[in-house]
Amino acid sequence: MAKVIVVTSGKGGVGKTTTSASFSSGLAMRGNRTVVIDFDVGLRNLDLIMGCERRVVYDIINVINGEVSLKQALIKDKNCDNLYILPASQTRDKDALNLEGVERILDELKESFDFIVCDSPAGIESGAFTAMYFADEALVVTNPEVSSVRDSDRILGILAAKSKRAVEGLEPVKEHLLVTRYDPKRVNTGAMLSVVDIQEILRIPLLGVIPESASVLQASNAGTPAIHLDKSDVAEAYRDVVGRFMGEDLPMRFISEKAGFFKRLLGGH
Amino acid sequence: MREEPVFKIKTGSLSVLQLHILTTNLSDLKRELSVRLAQTPDFFVSTPIVLELSGIAELEQGLDFVNLVAFMQSHGMCAAGIVGGSVGQREDAIQAGLGIFPDVVVRNPMRRATDDPFSVTGAYVAVAPVAAPLQPELPGFETPAVSQVSSVSAKPMPTMVIDKPVRTGQRIYAEGANLVVLAIVNAGAELIADGDIHVYAPMRGKAIAGAQGNEAARIFVNSMEPELLSIAGCFKVFEDGVPENVSAKPACVHLDGSRLVIQPLNY
Repeated sequence: MAKVIVVTSGKGGVGKTTTSASFSSGLAMRGNRTVVIDFDVGLRNLDLIMGCERRVVYDIINVINGEVSLKQALIKDKNCDNLYILPASQTRDKDALNLEGVERILDELKESFDFIVCDSPAGIESGAFTAMYFADEALVVTNPEVSSVRDSDRILGILAAKSKRAVEGLEPVKEHLLVTRYDPKRVNTGAMLSVVDIQEILRIPLLGVIPESASVLQASNAGTPAIHLDKSDVAEAYRDVVGRFMGEDLPMRFISEKAGFFKRLLGGH
Repeated sequence: MREEPVFKIKTGSLSVLQLHILTTNLSDLKRELSVRLAQTPDFFVSTPIVLELSGIAELEQGLDFVNLVAFMQSHGMCAAGIVGGSVGQREDAIQAGLGIFPDVVVRNPMRRATDDPFSVTGAYVAVAPVAAPLQPELPGFETPAVSQVSSVSAKPMPTMVIDKPVRTGQRIYAEGANLVVLAIVNAGAELIADGDIHVYAPMRGKAIAGAQGNEAARIFVNSMEPELLSIAGCFKVFEDGVPENVSAKPACVHLDGSRLVIQPLNY
């Protein structure tokens, strides 16, 4: 059965789209038939990060309105054979995304894909709500700072109360914490929250930590998901995330500046 | 063709005059009422009045409601029913054809606890319980203050149990109940209960116990890290942090007059 995974955060600029691009690429690289949907109608970015912006002809709103078939709107990824992108509309407003239409699209996608990754817009308005409503699992992307953690907490509350699974009393949405832009050096000086601090507040299982890196910006500008970068901490961290998501037991990397740091984190208060 | 309904049943919140009865001696009551009514003869004409009996609920004697109602009618007053009173008094009232109102509880206006730093520095002016007076300053005419609370706390309350995290932006209201939370309560979350609140995890949000005015309500917390604590409308915020002796420790909160007392739970 196909799984719907929402990548969400509440706060903007924390790395949702970067994560959606790399996570969906990672799933596809492991042979899973994967589609990634941009729900940020009006501010579409996913196609830029995936490097397919020049191939966007139709978008999700065209499909919802029945103007084109899903097949016509899906764009095949340039790096992975098993990956397709359903772009958002640049010109419509968010109200064009309705739950019935989205459900119809998801049901159709479920027939031919293993994973459907939904890249949520920031905020808690209708766009974010629509992106998360049908989710089976959620990747909650958080930066190591208090406002981002607070917004993630809010999103987790909404997932637990207003998602389809919550409303219909099904098994709750499975939550995963993904900490991005993590800089152990600044955590050590107290300028950033530690992974332990974040987990203490959010209390959901940690799926991975993506280190802060200049290469993410370069990858975005080049239209290549960060997971494809050579010799990059970020790429390896995202591959670990995908591995853990698929059930592998991998040690957390990139969370310490030097040996003994984690011990100090757990010990000190 | 569909017929229009000929009636509808709806609930409504109306303010009514309450006559607080403080004696079961009918002749005393009638005499003093006559004196009082002579001052404003037309004031009560066609006004429904609820007889408030909490002042005589503890007394053994009954009250001759038939006699009292007749007396009131002769002065243009219309007895609508009773509120409070003992079981026997309630039965007497039913016999006399009076309605029984459920115990009325007035929600307390929020006020700062007197031990809160702001009330000490005078940065905040304490708000007295206010209720719009129906008739200004007449002798023997009291504006409804916050009372009748003891009758609410006397009844055992059911308990609402929450076993999932209460997160930013979420509000849980245990109406007419105690609230037990078995998971974390994060900053920006709100717990409200008419009874007690128990949190067996860190409590980082707001906890509002005795929301309907129950001053005997308490708050029990496994790790005290709140944004706000309130009992029966008396609240306290923690701008300068939670007191060292209870911060992030097990603690209990109760109301002492208008002072919120936070005590460590030592065991």
